[in-house]
Amino acid sequence: MGTDKAEKLKSLETRELSVLSENGCLFLSGELTVWTLMRFPPAPKAVRIDLAGVTRMDTAGAWELVQRRAAGSLLTGLGSQHAHLLQTVSDALPVATPERKRSARLRLLLDATGRAVVGALVYLGQLAEYLGRTLSALGRALRHPTRFPLTSLAHHCQETGLRAVPIVAVMSFLIGVVLGFQGADQLRPFGAEIFVVDLIAISILRELGILLTAIIVAGRTASALTASLGSMKMRQEIDAMRTLALDPDLVLILPRVLALVLMLPILGLVSALSGLLGGAMMSWIELGQSPAVFLARLADVDVSHAIVGVIKAPVFALIIGVIGCQAGMSVGNDAESLGRMTSAAVVSAIFAVIIADAAFSVFFAKVGL
Amino acid sequence: MTREAVVCVRNLRTQFGPHLVHEGLDLDLFRGEILGVVGASGSGKSVLLRAIVGLEVSQAGTIEVLGKTLAALPGSERRAVEQRWGVMFQDGALFSSLTVRENVEVPLRAVPGLTDAQRRGLAELKVSMAGLPWKANNNYPSELSGGMRKRAGLARALALDPEILFLDEPTAGLDPIGAAAFDRLILTLRDALNLSVFLVTHDLDTLHACCDRVAVLAEHKVLTTGTMADMLKVDHPWVHEYFHGARARAASGGNPDRD
Repeated sequence: MGTDKAEKLKSLETRELSVLSENGCLFLSGELTVWTLMRFPPAPKAVRIDLAGVTRMDTAGAWELVQRRAAGSLLTGLGSQHAHLLQTVSDALPVATPERKRSARLRLLLDATGRAVVGALVYLGQLAEYLGRTLSALGRALRHPTRFPLTSLAHHCQETGLRAVPIVAVMSFLIGVVLGFQGADQLRPFGAEIFVVDLIAISILRELGILLTAIIVAGRTASALTASLGSMKMRQEIDAMRTLALDPDLVLILPRVLALVLMLPILGLVSALSGLLGGAMMSWIELGQSPAVFLARLADVDVSHAIVGVIKAPVFALIIGVIGCQAGMSVGNDAESLGRMTSAAVVSAIFAVIIADAAFSVFFAKVGL
Repeated sequence: MTREAVVCVRNLRTQFGPHLVHEGLDLDLFRGEILGVVGASGSGKSVLLRAIVGLEVSQAGTIEVLGKTLAALPGSERRAVEQRWGVMFQDGALFSSLTVRENVEVPLRAVPGLTDAQRRGLAELKVSMAGLPWKANNNYPSELSGGMRKRAGLARALALDPEILFLDEPTAGLDPIGAAAFDRLILTLRDALNLSVFLVTHDLDTLHACCDRVAVLAEHKVLTTGTMADMLKVDHPWVHEYFHGARARAASGGNPDRD
């Protein structure tokens, strides 16, 4: 009985189709299914196809036969059940609607360029819209202090601020170390090692401290903003809020952006301090300048460098926050767009921060700060 | 003449932590029939479906599909069985990065020797058989309505001409006209392809329109099976409420107690 069953299974497993070609007539026997379709040789011209030996047929086989029949082949020996299947398939055969004619290459290029430019302008417009919405939400929150999302603000301050302290501090410390080491190495031939303090202090306070912090925060927080707002958008939570008379601008966007604006200057300060610490340590080891000497030299560095660094922080924070929120609110209803918008938000935020930094450089040079 | 059981569940026990879902559950699905599985929300209908297709691991009992115990099979044989069934999930579970046609082509890619043109043609045929217009082929799942996603999910489930079709609430969330069309579609496909259909549903109209047999899940097991007429005679309070309630009366044309 065991062998009997095994044999039955074997007959089920073997998917065989044999095709016999004899003076312009194809004799098919066995199973004509999707698995055996490749053994059905393509016939260039119309032939007679005899199906008397076919034991099993599925829609793929029937579809192939319908195609052959349409090409002029004659089907004979069709069983009634198979004929029924053939009828079902030919009834269901899709009717292709003609595709739109492709334009010429130059037109396609122009078309794509135009769309990209308009898309970029629309994107800038949307960023301006979200900036405006954030500010107006802030205005409303200040006029009605009871509606101010204080708990949420504290939570986001912890998420974007406190949690980012270790990574920011470690990174800046290492940057300070690198600057101290490289600076000492380059200045020594000129006997100007002592200026390594100025080098470290100016570059960290003015540029690197805040810029690198902003880039880290853009990667950390812009992606988190987009992912959290985007998944809420995807699950219609934001629509639900609107119908419950909750203002998403006030409840969701304002605390996130405001937390960034409050926290980024502090993070920038942390970054500057640990960068200076790294630089001081390196110049002690490398040049034998004691921390007291380092501090004395540091006191001679103009305070305006530190001010320039701190001024930039809230602007960078606003850029990161607005880009992250805009991307999150633009997520569609599929997971694909969530992923796309998240990475786009990070890239745009980092790019925009660097552009803004360049603009600040020009501005401060003109102002003379 | 005894009918061939394509799915045979015996003494199944499924448990999530302390939460018991199935205990001593027996169920058969015979070749060529449409079996409707009903039960209260949380009675484990979908879990049973997932257990049969191997997505949930049961604590005890045997599940045979097409004469084979799935859990004991080596990988290659298991894949061979998996290619003989089609599963349609509640919301279609389409791959969101692929168009509808590419979704249907996914199972077809496992077939050796199929040309691109054949695969494309077959996918378009299945999309059309599931009742979608031709232009839906190039749409992404996010561009489709819920009903269309279900149909696309059905097209993917039918891609390899399965012998068994598992449907998880195929008509939930459809408008009555769309749901009735779906019922007709399932019947047509069963007749044309000799499918065996395992249909989890809450829809009494679907039960009336398509199912040859109904299995009621309650108290962790299959409480009773039989035709719709048999169900009306069952004396269990939940079953009685289900098949004699106001909605049941409406679905059966106003008189469930006609016999």
